[in-house]
Amino acid sequence: MSTATTTATRKVHLIVERQDGPNSSPYKEEFVVDYKPGMNVIACLMAIQRNPVNKSGKRVAPVTWEMNCLEEICGACMMVINGKPRQACTALVDTLEQPIRVSPARTFPVVRDLVVDRSRMFEALKKVKAWIPIDGTYDLGPGPRMPEVDRQWAYELSRCFTCGACVEACPNVNDRNSFIGPFAISQARLFNAHPTGAMHREERLEALMGEGGIQECGNAQNCVQVCPKGIPLTTSIAAMNRQVTYHAIGAWLHK
Amino acid sequence: MAKAQSHAEFILRRLHTLAGVVPVGLFLIEHLLTNATATDGAAAFNQAVAAIQSIPLLHFVEFFFIFLPLTYHAIFGLYVAFVSGYNSGQYSWRRNLMFTLQRITGIITFVFIIYHLATTRFSGNAPTYNMVHQLVSNPAYFWFMIVGIVASTFHFANGLWSFCIHWGITVGQRAQRITAWVSMVVFVVLAGIGVDALIAFTHPA
Ligand code: SF4
Repeated sequence: MSTATTTATRKVHLIVERQDGPNSSPYKEEFVVDYKPGMNVIACLMAIQRNPVNKSGKRVAPVTWEMNCLEEICGACMMVINGKPRQACTALVDTLEQPIRVSPARTFPVVRDLVVDRSRMFEALKKVKAWIPIDGTYDLGPGPRMPEVDRQWAYELSRCFTCGACVEACPNVNDRNSFIGPFAISQARLFNAHPTGAMHREERLEALMGEGGIQECGNAQNCVQVCPKGIPLTTSIAAMNRQVTYHAIGAWLHK
Repeated sequence: MAKAQSHAEFILRRLHTLAGVVPVGLFLIEHLLTNATATDGAAAFNQAVAAIQSIPLLHFVEFFFIFLPLTYHAIFGLYVAFVSGYNSGQYSWRRNLMFTLQRITGIITFVFIIYHLATTRFSGNAPTYNMVHQLVSNPAYFWFMIVGIVASTFHFANGLWSFCIHWGITVGQRAQRITAWVSMVVFVVLAGIGVDALIAFTHPA
């Protein structure tokens, strides 16, 4: 009985930055939820959803957010927690300073509360052709093999789950700048490294030299600090700078 | 083939980083070394100035290799500073602080160079040891020069680090870490040379 009381009295204090709709103004709302061992920020948000009562005891609309895999594989639950963009699923309450401040990644348009619209990332991936075209009217047969040494680092890049943490932290992704974001450059590198993808290498380099392309990177290197998958984004950007430099000079000398 | 994309922004950006190193950065080094001759006395400095004055087609060289690239780097740099975001308060990692500092020192250098040119190159006075001595005898001008030298040498040295990434020279993390150290050594050495020369100018001829 006494242990039950002590665990029940441990609380988690959250300050959530909310927004009712895409055009409404944001406001802060505080919540206090019961602590459970090993809980993460998602568990706190679920507790709020079950009992949507704020700190001052007022019944409010439950907080909305996105989530899916709950094991840092899908990228959906990226939000700004205590000032840093990260996945809410791996943000363990035990490791966080309280009150825990949760806000949406405002580099993206906010849909509601912590839900943001990340379609600009999809647009960026389309722009740099972050895929390998293999469709044809007949069977093209097996493609060339990839050397194991390249596969190893390319695998690291393939772990990007388009969470948008790097886009949120990048100072050059802002409303005065059309920068596509660090992840898209890294994905262009991934598909350029693939033996079949390399057949469309020039198209990706042309896109990277286009509007909002690689030239907008100012080397603040926040991206590599916040990427939850530990992707070497700054190495990818520099590697693509090299490819683009060769391509630009080469293309110019060929004209 | 991909449909034709505008590469204007790409080219302008790359020219901006290039101009910052060649020729503007090289000129900065040359300028600091000329000034450093002041540490050997007024005669040595005046002699170094005379050597520069003897360069054939000096006005042509000055215009195409200094003024034009410098103006481009400065004006486009203001645009770069304007379209950059600043979040080193929220993300105070070293590189992000340097990113902010690079833009702040750029703007300080911009203001500094305009005033510096107005009081020297375009002041109508002959570029002699005495002219500089008169200027730096004013403590306010002296300290303004110190700020300008520190800001411009930092901007150049840190810009070298960035240049190496923009052109795809330093790709890996280790390479970038090493050039970061090298660039700070360059900063300290160049700032030291500049400040040392400035102090030398405070002594009457
Ligand atoms: S590169 Fe990293 S931080 Fe950026 S979207 Fe991919 S997983 Fe997220």
